[in-house]
Amino acid sequence: MDNVKVTINGIEVNVPKDYTVLMAAREAGVDIPTLCFLKEINEIAACRVCVVEADVKGVPMRNLPASCVLQVQDGMNVKTNTQRVRNAVKMNVELILANHNRECLTCVRNTSCELQKLCNELGIEGIEFQGAKRESKIDNLAPSIVRDSSKCILCGRCVSACRDVQGIGILDFTNRGFNTEVAPAFDYSMKDVPCIYCGQCIQACPVGALYEKRNIDDVWAAIEDPEKFVVVQTAPAVRASLGEEFGLPVGTAVTGKMVSALKRLGFDKVFDTNFSADLTIMEEGTEFINRVLNGGKLPMITSCSPGWIRYCEFNYPDFLENLSTCKSPQQMFGAIVKSYYAEKQGIDPKNIVSVSIMPCTSKKSELSREEMEVDSLRDVDISLTTRELGDMIKQARINFNKLPDGEPDSILGDYTGAGVIFGTTGGVMEAALRTVADVLTGTDIQKIEYDAVRGLDGVKEATLVLPIEGKDTEVKIAVAHGMINASKILDAVRSGEKNYHFIEVMGCPGGCVHGGGQSHVSAKERLDVDPKISRAKALYSEDEAQTLRKSHHNPEVKKLYEDYLKEPNGHLSHKLLHTHYHEKSSYPVENQQDYDDMINNLK
Amino acid sequence: MQKGLCVKEKENEFRRLKEFIESKKETQGIMMQTLQEAQNIFGYLPIEVQKFIADETGIPLAEVYGVVTFYTQFSVTPKGKHKIGVCLGTACYVKGAQLILDKLSKELGINVGATTEDNLFTLEATRCLGCCGLAPVMMIDDEVYGKLETKQIPEIIAKYRG
Repeated sequence: MDNVKVTINGIEVNVPKDYTVLMAAREAGVDIPTLCFLKEINEIAACRVCVVEADVKGVPMRNLPASCVLQVQDGMNVKTNTQRVRNAVKMNVELILANHNRECLTCVRNTSCELQKLCNELGIEGIEFQGAKRESKIDNLAPSIVRDSSKCILCGRCVSACRDVQGIGILDFTNRGFNTEVAPAFDYSMKDVPCIYCGQCIQACPVGALYEKRNIDDVWAAIEDPEKFVVVQTAPAVRASLGEEFGLPVGTAVTGKMVSALKRLGFDKVFDTNFSADLTIMEEGTEFINRVLNGGKLPMITSCSPGWIRYCEFNYPDFLENLSTCKSPQQMFGAIVKSYYAEKQGIDPKNIVSVSIMPCTSKKSELSREEMEVDSLRDVDISLTTRELGDMIKQARINFNKLPDGEPDSILGDYTGAGVIFGTTGGVMEAALRTVADVLTGTDIQKIEYDAVRGLDGVKEATLVLPIEGKDTEVKIAVAHGMINASKILDAVRSGEKNYHFIEVMGCPGGCVHGGGQSHVSAKERLDVDPKISRAKALYSEDEAQTLRKSHHNPEVKKLYEDYLKEPNGHLSHKLLHTHYHEKSSYPVENQQDYDDMINNLK
Repeated sequence: MQKGLCVKEKENEFRRLKEFIESKKETQGIMMQTLQEAQNIFGYLPIEVQKFIADETGIPLAEVYGVVTFYTQFSVTPKGKHKIGVCLGTACYVKGAQLILDKLSKELGINVGATTEDNLFTLEATRCLGCCGLAPVMMIDDEVYGKLETKQIPEIIAKYRG
């Protein structure tokens, strides 16, 4: 790429010619404020906070161009800190504030709000413009996501994340002028739209217009209740992000501190979803081998991600039979706690409150699904996001960073490296392959790292040779993360263009490490750090540090089978750990049957 | 929300819309054309029609709805047989267009933006119609009425009531 010479605030830099002024300024060590900008996701110059003064070889550019979309030119001279720029930026932010619900003190994003931080940096002392404000509408009917229109600043970051990154498009700009609002079609509640509750919109939102349905008080109430035995499980990806809530660098692994914090919060037992990730591999690996040997439906597709499950139910119902019947690790864990664990410890399962800490907002919706109970006992009762756990720890005034490392409790706390990597794209596949390869070859294979399924390529493919019924057979696998990539794979399978045996799909880009419930990383931080990469690294290091790295070596999982389940995919497993999913129709209309008939007649 | 569209009776209309979309499959940016065609066919764009367009084109429904609610030419509620648009541009306004509008509103018994119960008239205030020399101006369908006085209104309306 050819380079061009640009001067920014008197500092000369040589940058590739496809750079924007915003990127070039970073090279020059100049920080330009942004608000609607979200690297590679939303670069639309909507908020006018990043405007600059510029001239090219002495010819001034018209007005103040937005640096996030202004391409550099040779001889360009940019000024970011003139009176004219400062006044314009300040006024643009004040205009945004004039129509923003400024209840910062009680806002869920207090201290993590990008608008709040910007006001502080710009030295905004009062808002000159007093006028009408957008009507406040709070939609908290969906189990996972709350939308508050009074906080929305119309930056469009959620719109881009949903439509362009995930390929779904639940939210968009509706109406016009002062009445403009980011909302679902026909102002439907988030509960009535084909939203998969992945929460990527929450991750994208710079303010408190989108956030998870909060369940902290439900957990406090359970802990306070002497009748209740409150157990908690923590998903693999949580430990790679929780530290960020306490100022630690993105992707710091805080497993031990997290366990200690949970114990101090008052949970009766602190377990680990990594345990049930290992259990999932036992069930899913066995299911896969059975499908291959007995001519079952292939490709088999993983079913750990509730966002992906919803996506499949709405958009690819013809693949429902391909989904593994395994419940997700969250649900498996819950089912085991209220059966095996309750029985072993002599606790009435009705008194157990099963809490999960998840990197995910869709898990809140998954636990409320009809299928997710056994003998009228809900598998999981309450799910909190990583952010909510952070808030709980702050409410309890625990000094997180000074906590000693704790160990999860037995008999559902042991885990292997395979369970840990469940939290990142490719991790479930890699964990499954470690076990499936051992089972099929009857050996303890030493090469257990499957590099082909690691990393952030949208679609990853590999072919392995495994002995099936004594014959070396090519097993084709694929991994997709983010729904836009999943739909690419499924379209290719549907059309017959591609053939696979086993596909892993995770709902969020990067997998659970970048789930909608993880700690917020600001747009500015994301210029330097990719949370998907940093957090995945933390998980892979924890995997490497484990002595046991294959799910079938997990001693507590082995004991669970010996004492209780007997065998993977056995009778009891089917009752507790497996389920089926059902087609869902998006945007149901009043005469849905007539509508469907009409569509069929037109075919 | 208004009562659902009677889909059963509109199968031919949906077929026409489907054929239109298929004839444009290869072209880029078909959203506006498709919405205009759909509005011509159905008279308005209820959820059933927007959902159909979303499904046939692969454009998310929220995006379709976003465009529909952005442009005043599109409507999500049924329109009357005759569309009355009273110009509230500057010239017409100073020449008393508001009085014309009020008179129409009283005569038809509906507010601005609404449709009469017999589905005969929809009353709207518009921006400049571009014939300021005739101010105050209104349009009924494609007919322009200029230099209006409030007393003419009942007579004009009666013409359309037939």
